[in-house]
Parts: sequence; C-alpha cells; structure tokens
Amino acid sequence: MSMPTTAMATTDSGTAPVFHLAEEHVHAEGSSTMLGFWIYLMSDCLIFAILFAVYGVLGANYAAGPAPKDLFELPLVAVNTSMLLLSSITYGFAILAMQNGRIGQTQFWLAITAVFGLGFVGIELHEFAGMIHDGATPSRSAFLSSFFTLVGTHGLHVSCGLIWMATLMVQVAKHGLVEANRRRLMCLSMFWHFLDVIWIGVFTFVYLMGMLR
Amino acid sequence: MSANIHAHGRDTAPAHATFRGYMTGFALSVILTAVPFWLVMSGVISSKQATAAIILGFAVVQIIVHMIYFLHMDAKSEGGWSMMALIFSLILVVIVLTGSLWVMYNLDTNMMPGMHDMSEMP
Repeated sequence: MSMPTTAMATTDSGTAPVFHLAEEHVHAEGSSTMLGFWIYLMSDCLIFAILFAVYGVLGANYAAGPAPKDLFELPLVAVNTSMLLLSSITYGFAILAMQNGRIGQTQFWLAITAVFGLGFVGIELHEFAGMIHDGATPSRSAFLSSFFTLVGTHGLHVSCGLIWMATLMVQVAKHGLVEANRRRLMCLSMFWHFLDVIWIGVFTFVYLMGMLR
Repeated sequence: MSANIHAHGRDTAPAHATFRGYMTGFALSVILTAVPFWLVMSGVISSKQATAAIILGFAVVQIIVHMIYFLHMDAKSEGGWSMMALIFSLILVVIVLTGSLWVMYNLDTNMMPGMHDMSEMP
C-alpha cells in the first residue's frame, strides 16, 4: 500500500526521496481482529502443549497412589465428550443463524450451546469432586498434579467461554447483530471450537491412553 | 482512502460456514470419537500398543476434521497468515512434546536405576 508513495518520491528528482509512509493507510475497524484472535489461540495452544508435555513426563509417577485405571470412568468421559461435541455443532448453528441475520435463532442456539457447556463443566466438577473425595487430590502424586492442571486448565477455559457467551447474549439482545457483535460471535466461535480440539487431545492422551496403561 | 478500506475490509463471517459443512464435520467427529472409545472400552485389540497407536491416529484425523469444518482453516484465510501461524505453532508443539518426552524418558531410564518400575514408563 505504501509503494505508490515511495515510488513517487524516488522518481521525483527535485526533492529528497521519502522512505517512510507519508500517511498511515486506513484499516477498516476490526479487519485484523480475526487474525489477532487466531494468534492468541495459537499461544493458548502452546500453553496446552506444555501442560500435555508435563502430563506426558509425570503421568506415570503415581507415588504408590491411585492410577488412571482406579480413577477414570470412561462412560462419564464419553458423556462429557459428547456434551462438548454437541455444543460445537449447536454453536455452528448459532453462527449460521447469525449469517442469516436471525437474532432469535442465534440467541436460541447460543443458549443451547451454553447448556451443553454447563453440562460439561458440571460433569467435570462432579468427576473432580469424586476423585478428591476418594483422596485423589492434586497433591497426592505427580500424576494427579499434572492431571488436575491439564484438565483443570481446559475446564477453566470452557468456564470463561461460558461467561463470554452469556455476555454476548446480553450484547446481542441489547444491540442486535451489529457488525461488532458478529465479530465477537466469530471470535467466540473460534475459541469454542478450539477448546473442542484441545479436548480431543485430553480424552485421547489422558483418559483413553491412561486406561491402556 | 476508500480503496484502502476496500483492500483491508472483509466480511467477518467466512463465506464457507454452511449447514452442510457443519453437519459433515459433526458426523465425522462422532465416528472419530466413538471408535476410539469403543476400542478402549471393549478391548477388541489385545495389543495395548496397537490400540494406543490407533486411537492417536484417530485423534490426529479428528483434529484435522475440526480444523477444516469447524474452524474453517484453509491456506487462503487472512491471506495465508492463519495457516502460517498454525504451522509455526505446530512446529513448536512438536518440538516441546517430543523434546520433553524424549529427554525426560532418557533421564528416567539412565539416571535413576531401580527407582522406577519399567512397566510404568509412558
């Protein structure tokens, strides 16, 4: 975008060449938000990568405490996984309703997504509570510390996504599907689907492979 | 000025978010989730290493499915910069994961003889 300015300046023999932008070119509002948010998600991905690495290193150190086989209930994890998967598709429906400009439908699908999200967090808290009740606390062994950190960080992200979703529902109710709200809904869409991607890693690497040990 | 706005402005919603796309992604994810759970819960394959390798393969495929159908990743979005950021992050993730596991596994096996039951190694 700066090429015309500089090219003009260098060919203009009378004045000294100008090598900086004469004027900042215009960025449409929010034009770089999606890329910026994507880069944030990639940095979040690195956090999870490190937590996965920690779990991979420490996951077998039980300190004579309970092992994955004693703790994990795969049917519960399967229900949890389907909650998150269903919430992904219902968020997709919310985006489709948003594209068609239907406020009511968008709000409806966002609410359904939030219900599935709440179900996910609820089941996870129930699982954590059961484990802690049985003495499998984060301080019991390195395996449990890394397990609670990894799965807990994911659950915290989902909880933050739920707060964000509630905020956006209020925003959409107040201002409708204006450009800013559409952009925010798209960002939350990326965030939500990204958390589902992380969960694929969690249920495969932590739960399923834990049961195979 | 207005030409610059046009060059930079774009629709917030990707054009390819379609009902068909979401349903395809969802159907594939259900299959790719159900099969690993079934493999582990039923224990059809007697070899644990083989089962682990298969479910890891399913996870990788499912992650790609989610990237394409739910996150709408392609080489063109944001002028290719999304894909560049993704590839860069994936390289870092691979270095972090393989590096940590490899180094720590070696430390474990070489420096602490007798302290660990070898069958517990990841």
